[in-house]
Amino acid sequence: MKHKKQLLETVIHGVFLILGLITVGCVLLITIYLVVAGLPAIGKIGLFDFLLGDTWASTETVPSFGILPFILTSVTGTAGAILLGVPVGFLTAVYLAKLAPPAIRQAGAFAVSLLAGIPSVVYGLVGMMVLVPAIRTLFHVPDGASLLAAIIVLAIMILPSIISVSITALEAVPKEYEDASLALGATPVETYFRVSVPAAKSGIAAAVVLGVGRAIGEAMAVMMVSGNAPNLPSLFQSVRFLTTAVASELSYSSGLQQQALFSIALVLFLFIMLINATLNFFLKGSQEG
Amino acid sequence: MKMSNKVLTLAVTAMMSVSLLAGCGDSGSQTVSTDGSTSMEKVIGTLGEAFQQNNEGVTFTYNPTGSSSGIKAAQEGRCDIGLSSRALKDEEKEAGLKETILGYDGIAIIVHPENPVTDLSLEQIADIYTGEITNWNQVGGQDAEIVLIGREAGSGTRDGFESITDTKEACKYRQELTSTGDVITTVSGNPDAIGYASLAAVKDTVKALSVSGVAPSEAAIKDGSYVVQRPFVMVTKEDTKLSDAAQRFFDFALSAEAAPLISDAGAVAAN
Repeated sequence: MKHKKQLLETVIHGVFLILGLITVGCVLLITIYLVVAGLPAIGKIGLFDFLLGDTWASTETVPSFGILPFILTSVTGTAGAILLGVPVGFLTAVYLAKLAPPAIRQAGAFAVSLLAGIPSVVYGLVGMMVLVPAIRTLFHVPDGASLLAAIIVLAIMILPSIISVSITALEAVPKEYEDASLALGATPVETYFRVSVPAAKSGIAAAVVLGVGRAIGEAMAVMMVSGNAPNLPSLFQSVRFLTTAVASELSYSSGLQQQALFSIALVLFLFIMLINATLNFFLKGSQEG
Repeated sequence: MKMSNKVLTLAVTAMMSVSLLAGCGDSGSQTVSTDGSTSMEKVIGTLGEAFQQNNEGVTFTYNPTGSSSGIKAAQEGRCDIGLSSRALKDEEKEAGLKETILGYDGIAIIVHPENPVTDLSLEQIADIYTGEITNWNQVGGQDAEIVLIGREAGSGTRDGFESITDTKEACKYRQELTSTGDVITTVSGNPDAIGYASLAAVKDTVKALSVSGVAPSEAAIKDGSYVVQRPFVMVTKEDTKLSDAAQRFFDFALSAEAAPLISDAGAVAAN
């Protein structure tokens, strides 16, 4: 009887181990594949020319493969989205977690999860049909498909992750801290901003990093609103991101062009790894603090 | 017991191969796969539908990936017939590929319906796309910057447009979009935009310009007076014989029966 039970334990243990290994295996496979597929083109083009070249003309008779415009666009696009999205998301989180009456709180939380569930192609479509023409008329530029349109779409797309992670962090602040602050005569708003927010700061930082990860990895929505011309980033110019550079050319590509697209994916992958490492750093900080 | 099983299997196999050879359609597993040009979607869709109706049991598939990848697919044997909306390059012919022209497609130069410009010469179009002409008032329109909409590198429409207007590697696109539909939608939403798209796909949300006084029409494309046009090509391998079903589709697409279907889809049949 006991023996049988132990056998069952071992079997189940084994099943879980295999399932876990599948996940790890997938990550390893993708990493190895990207490195193997991405390195040859960098070798042929030259690391310096690839990362710092400012011209991308992949199908010309003398092609040039400089991805600096894509890197700078991804960085400025993400930074812009954070600049717009974080204040809005952070203040919404403080309101929903601390100030809002229960009914509004519930409605707010529902709206946020709904926003998270909207597919990115829908964001892109609405951006293309509403935002792009609006930017055109509002700013009197010849064409609205621009970095600005992409930043606005990305800012809205990162709101749900920023809000929900920040709410969780704010709720984890021990009630005693707030009680003590209130007992000392601070107003509720003073308490939330001087006590709760500093206590939850590493969680909020994690929310921001998560938003960065979401913004830099988005392809579909930005492809539909940013115009896709490989220009250096400028607010009202059409631009191409690292993600859209891969997506827009891959289906027709061949030879060195295709290999270079894998190299772009590798660069993007390294960016995401960096962001994940930062996220882990902040999360660790929140556990210790 | 074992023996009779074997005999049965043999008999069934023989029957199946006979029916395959006879080409009567109930073997169910016959497929004709095509792969390539997104501009040919409408033409191939119409032809494929008619072909399937006439040949029961044959499955027709079309994978809209783009001319270059369709040619590659035909070369690698991943499809029966590759579809390309540009003539094959010399190196592609040297690699053992054969082109058969199915029809011709006019590339329409499209602008917003409110744009007063109705006609441009080929030189003006080239100058606009290379950035020599940047304002609509230089070609008889309003005072507004011209917004150039194009397709992504590798697109058959882009290749066709740039080779006809002789603007290869010189176009200063404001937007590079990844499908014909995207180009039409974008041009219909911007009064200052100009774009190019397969004539078959152009709807009345945009205005197709005449080129050097010739409006894009089936007759003008067929007699060659509308110059912005390109061939629709079926790509096959020189040394490999098509499967029975694929050969039948190939013949059907070139037959007189298919010609009205091709023109219904907005292109001009070659035969």
